[in-house]
Amino acid sequence: MAEIVSLAEAVRLAVRDGDTVAMEGFTHLIPFAAGHEVIRQGRRDLTLVRMTPDLIYDQLIGAGCAKKLIFSWGGNPGVGSLHRFRDAVEHGWPRPLEIEEHSHAGMANRYVAGASGLPFAVLRGYAGTGLVEETATIKPITCPFTGEALMAVRALNPDVAIIHAQQADRNGNVQLWGITGVQKEAVLSSERAVVTVEEIVDSLAPRPGAIVLPTWTVSYVAHVPNGAHPSYAAGYTDRDNDYYVAWDAIARDRETFGTWLEEHVLAGAAV
Amino acid sequence: MTGYTSDEMMTVAAARTLKDGMTCFVGIGLPSAAANLARATHAPNLVLIYESGTIAAKPGRLPLSIGDGILADTADAVISVPEIFNYWLQPGRIDVGFLGAAQIDKYGNINTTVIGGDYGSPEVRLPGAGGAPEIAASCQEVIVVVRQSRRTFVEKVDFVTSVGYGDGPGARERLGLRGRGPQKIITDLGVLTPDPETCEFTVTAIYPGVSEETVRQRSGWGVRIAAAPETADPPSAAELQALRDFQATR
Repeated sequence: MAEIVSLAEAVRLAVRDGDTVAMEGFTHLIPFAAGHEVIRQGRRDLTLVRMTPDLIYDQLIGAGCAKKLIFSWGGNPGVGSLHRFRDAVEHGWPRPLEIEEHSHAGMANRYVAGASGLPFAVLRGYAGTGLVEETATIKPITCPFTGEALMAVRALNPDVAIIHAQQADRNGNVQLWGITGVQKEAVLSSERAVVTVEEIVDSLAPRPGAIVLPTWTVSYVAHVPNGAHPSYAAGYTDRDNDYYVAWDAIARDRETFGTWLEEHVLAGAAV
Repeated sequence: MTGYTSDEMMTVAAARTLKDGMTCFVGIGLPSAAANLARATHAPNLVLIYESGTIAAKPGRLPLSIGDGILADTADAVISVPEIFNYWLQPGRIDVGFLGAAQIDKYGNINTTVIGGDYGSPEVRLPGAGGAPEIAASCQEVIVVVRQSRRTFVEKVDFVTSVGYGDGPGARERLGLRGRGPQKIITDLGVLTPDPETCEFTVTAIYPGVSEETVRQRSGWGVRIAAAPETADPPSAAELQALRDFQATR
């Protein structure tokens, strides 16, 4: 059974220094408020897992929370670079960042394997790319039935998954809809799961295409309206595209980023 | 003044390669602009598929990201990310993949990972692979849209993120890649197609007002130009209007 707690309590209880943490949400439903709480609580040495690091991991990396990043596309969607991510990889600032790099198909399959309780997943991918040499969690494998050369990718099993959803009921059952990305797989592959929600309702109304996560698959639920901003929650909020555009200038400079972090994250009260 | 920019010509040329009724895996940026332009003009039944899991999205404005709400709101189906890659892309269900590039070589191999230095400590860290390696492998064919310069058109890419024709004829077959690979590179100067014998990309069409000299100067490899390259038609008034209407809504 999921406990319904405050965001600060959820992060305090679920996220520890040195953990492998997957904050998922494919452009939609990115758990920004929870990411900011992880920064405020000063977590260190995290291995951050996310297909698209997006602004949320640019912020965590810039704040010095991460020792390693496991990812497949590290850009600011439709805008350009993630400058804090680049600064960490290119100059080791604010600390060196180890990377483990995949393609989207590979990352998605790694979560599927983790959620399925299997040690690896198999896909037709990566052949001929430089990633095969650089990434230890990609290995060639031969199909035992047809002899076809395929690729195996190692399962992902994070210590904790953090996602944002539209609704939970009072028992902690969670429902999310719209673009649902890999959140189901991230939650089911992880030891613990934190879900922030736009709204807590008496009962979840069935919706076409929605994912329901039963309460016993979730550790903590926290009520955090607008907790995905500047990402969005379909039916509740709109994506703040201007924020994504403005982030480029904020993140480009270490000092500007530091000021932003002070004013917009560290000074902010825990919800 | 020609009345249109070289980027507009490039986007129009890219849009013209898409045929009505095709299924198209769309990346954000120039590919998305081209695919939406095609759907708004000559290919109303073009099926736009974004890697966020939106199938047959019909956005009335250009999305900033592959996960904008308008894509989900206008799609025929919205599915998970594992499903889009495993059930839809991997088996070869998608006709054409549209990709961008930071570097591309004469065999159409694409780099979007690192430039300079070595992989562990690069001079420039680019975003990385995203969906591109498997799009390049598994779509029936691939179209690449990239602005041409000595920086983007290189003899050898610093890192192979997505495979074109590898090291030349036979490489795709040896690697087990099922799609036919890149069929066109569309730039802001013209269009390149692969030589059927050597797989080397050759300039087969040049835009109005662009000289062969400029095409050669803005390539980091000794790019071949066909004996009598076509001159592409300039954008029509309808194409320009539709493209500008889209750009205005961003």
